[in-house]
Amino acid sequence: MKFLYYPGCTLKNKAKALDIYARECAEILGFELVEINDFQCCGGVFTTSADEIATKLAVVRALKAAKAAGMPLVTVCSACHNVIKQTNHAMQTDAVFADRVNRYLNDGDDYHGETKVYHYLEVLRDIIGFDKVKECVKYPLNMNIGAYYGCLMLRPGSVIEMDDAENPQIMEQLIKALGGRPVEYGNRNECCGGYVTVTDPGFARKRSRIIYESAETAGAEMIVTACPLCRYNLIKNGADIPVKYFTELLSKALIGEKE
Amino acid sequence: MKDKNELIKEQILYQSKVNVRKCMRCGKCSGTCPAYDEMEYHPHQFVYMVETGDIEPLLNSESLYKCLTCFACVDRCPRGVEPAKIVEAVRLTVIRQQGKNKLKPDDIPDIIDGEIPQQALVSAYRKFTK
Repeated sequence: MKFLYYPGCTLKNKAKALDIYARECAEILGFELVEINDFQCCGGVFTTSADEIATKLAVVRALKAAKAAGMPLVTVCSACHNVIKQTNHAMQTDAVFADRVNRYLNDGDDYHGETKVYHYLEVLRDIIGFDKVKECVKYPLNMNIGAYYGCLMLRPGSVIEMDDAENPQIMEQLIKALGGRPVEYGNRNECCGGYVTVTDPGFARKRSRIIYESAETAGAEMIVTACPLCRYNLIKNGADIPVKYFTELLSKALIGEKE
Repeated sequence: MKDKNELIKEQILYQSKVNVRKCMRCGKCSGTCPAYDEMEYHPHQFVYMVETGDIEPLLNSESLYKCLTCFACVDRCPRGVEPAKIVEAVRLTVIRQQGKNKLKPDDIPDIIDGEIPQQALVSAYRKFTK
């Protein structure tokens, strides 16, 4: 199956490990990621204000490209995933907003949220199946791994519709399929401080410490995330255990360690 | 003619699409807010103060820049009030004014440490700069 792939700004730069391993593993698992032409940055966060269209046009263009190509749109980064799903939801449910966007773009092809949007993890769970992932594992992980969801991957739950936002299981299911032992801890779906790391690093430090201490106390030997900013905040602010992208684990289990 | 305060309230309600009158003041939004300790005004106070038109103190508060937009309050409100959208609308009321950006281009060079992901910078810009 083919998916139009939206990498986003960070996966082309600071989070290359999120991108490269996602591509490699897709090939092994039997689906194709077709990179979208000339994508524009999603902006990193969704602006909730209903009167603002300019900050959402880049994503609408990506959604329309997927509609035109007849493919679902897939993302790997938690932030892109969140912004794309929230924008698509606004195009589906807010007729005034959608009309303003469509009149601005004015290209003869009105968009009302027809594109199906997947996070890469959803492709693994809902299309490929974690059983199939398990069959492809050559190097089982055999360690205690704490999945860190953060905020962007799950909320708002009624819009993102990825998993139970209060008791998510999708990354734990992946860890199990890869031969690891998932460690569930209290703060796995709370915010690391996110973008305040830019304006208020002390606050981000406090938040990040709460997260990694929660994981470490529960016995995790590693934290796994899909968000470049979560990873940066946890590492910068003193996590004592490695913080990796889920695609790195996937590659380690399917392909093995490089170097 | 409506006074300035009423006009600001109307804009905040229009932008956020929040029905502040659904709030039953249980405080669950503030109880679950990861920025609670950093805030002078907490999510439930934002909702109440917008409802009663006591908006001026919010416009001048650093609390506007403590919200992480993590949507914990949105998902956990038993009445579906969505306080984060009120906080965002109040913040936009401030930063959409000329010269009121919280984050300026000159601030950026000192922040870049060689590891910071692009996502951090674009997100902070979206939230704090117009």
